[in-house]
Amino acid sequence: MYTQALNQADTGPKVIEDADKLARFEAKIDAEERIEPNDWMPEAYRRTLVRQISQHAHSEIVGMLPEGNWITRAPTLRRKAALIAKVQDEGGHGLYLYAAAETLGVSREELIDQLLTGRAKYSSIFNYPTLTWADIGCIGWLVDGAAIMNQIPLCRTSYGPYARAMIRICKEESFHQRQGYEIMLALCRGSAEQKAMAQDALDRWWWPALMMFGPPDAQSVHTEQSMRWKIKRFTNDQLRQQFVDATVPQAHYLGLTIPDPDLRYDAASGHWRFGAIDWEEFRQVLAGNGPCNRERMEARRRAHEEGAWVREAALAHAAKRRARAAAAKIAAE
Amino acid sequence: MTTIAVAETPLVLSLLRLADTALVHSHRLSEWCGHAPMIEEDLALANLALDLLGQARALYAYAAEVEGAGRTEDDLAYLRDAPQYRNVLMAELPRGDFAFTILRGFLLSAWAHPFWQAAARSADAQLAAIAAKAEKEAAYHVRHTGEWTIRLGDGTEESRRRMLTALETLWPYTGELFEADAADRAMIAAGVLPDPATLRPAWEATVTRVFDEALLPRPADGWMQTGGRSGRHTEHLGHMLAVMQHLQRAYPGCTW
Repeated sequence: MYTQALNQADTGPKVIEDADKLARFEAKIDAEERIEPNDWMPEAYRRTLVRQISQHAHSEIVGMLPEGNWITRAPTLRRKAALIAKVQDEGGHGLYLYAAAETLGVSREELIDQLLTGRAKYSSIFNYPTLTWADIGCIGWLVDGAAIMNQIPLCRTSYGPYARAMIRICKEESFHQRQGYEIMLALCRGSAEQKAMAQDALDRWWWPALMMFGPPDAQSVHTEQSMRWKIKRFTNDQLRQQFVDATVPQAHYLGLTIPDPDLRYDAASGHWRFGAIDWEEFRQVLAGNGPCNRERMEARRRAHEEGAWVREAALAHAAKRRARAAAAKIAAE
Repeated sequence: MTTIAVAETPLVLSLLRLADTALVHSHRLSEWCGHAPMIEEDLALANLALDLLGQARALYAYAAEVEGAGRTEDDLAYLRDAPQYRNVLMAELPRGDFAFTILRGFLLSAWAHPFWQAAARSADAQLAAIAAKAEKEAAYHVRHTGEWTIRLGDGTEESRRRMLTALETLWPYTGELFEADAADRAMIAAGVLPDPATLRPAWEATVTRVFDEALLPRPADGWMQTGGRSGRHTEHLGHMLAVMQHLQRAYPGCTW
């Protein structure tokens, strides 16, 4: 999920790069060759990728919380199993994205510390609450749906380890998207109360899902460099439009109403034209003022702090084992 | 639909005891998802929870089939109240800290592994099939929780203190694993279930092997808590079921 990091300014020190190396690097990019961990790369490229991949990893990890909120209340055993497996997948994505970031010379511990101290961001979408079971359907359908739009192009992103991680992640995300839609379908075919639950969830998740693609192109100055380096391959507005075009017919099939009075089909272009997005809300959520920002960070910090003694014990035990093995070796010699 | 009353023949009762223990333990493990000490354990504890949930579903489906009243796995899981639940008490105790979760997982899986091994040779073909799959899962659960028991027991002063506290709390619940009442005896006589007495040596051997390496004392067998298998539970199960069954109770008869 989550390319919002590509909309942030690169605030790192400006480095004057070696012109020959830079030319070779850019020729490689132009030839659609992958950049691998041991290849030379400009500092700004490395920093952009670390920021993007780690923000993506953080989003997966924080994203476990809103959905995890319904694991203990899933309405059937089949849904419970699917939800546990889904949240587990998100953890897995986080794990191998951290590993992909580590190929750029930064440790997982360092990245997690950036998240927990508020220096790193994660996708704005996870700062919204999951209030009913229909939210689990909506997250799968809309949030994973939006994530797929973002991520399919990332399978061809120029940095090799990230592109390869994305291939597996995309397969799992598209499975999650179908599961989410199937939850919505069951609700919409169910009782009046269930259908109302589904509509209410759509009303709450629609606009935040559109915001996942980041600010409009006109305001997203950083897109240009990322596109030239083929980290990013489509603009925010292109992806957002693609998502709306795919999703509106799905909502109609469910018999739900998209909460946008300005939504209309433009026959000439073949696109669904949507109303104005409240970018002030987006800015507020990114600034830490979303409904759940504090809770999400507190939950992550609590898990980290309460787990500190476990991680220390594992290290202490490993050290004891190494010391015993060394002592046994000396005794044997 | 309100609370259902299941006709508990010895076979149905035995299946419910196994299914409820697996489901309730799975539920407690799933409470960790997103909150574990490291991402690897978010994944591992979710794996254990999923294995147990899978076992519970197979057992409920079979119990429903044997009962023959047209019920589903979800009816059995969501429409019985605490007094109708038949799990061992150890499974329902609150999540606790990581030491507690690991030790509970170890004590239960050290019992489950020889149980499923023996049940794989059950005269009941359906139970034997479920056991053949569960046996492999339980072997992994013993390995994972056993390795952590060793790390925490022989880790830092704090991890050892936490393990000793967990051990003190959990040990009195181990006796229930080896109980046999009239329904069990009927099933043992029919060759459907293994005699729990025959599982004890394997359980003791696993516990001793791991505790020795973890430098943890094997507690003396004092007074043992009992009651879960006949529906007399701790205060905790009612709260767990209130959460778990919430949607099925609030919107009865819906399809999800």
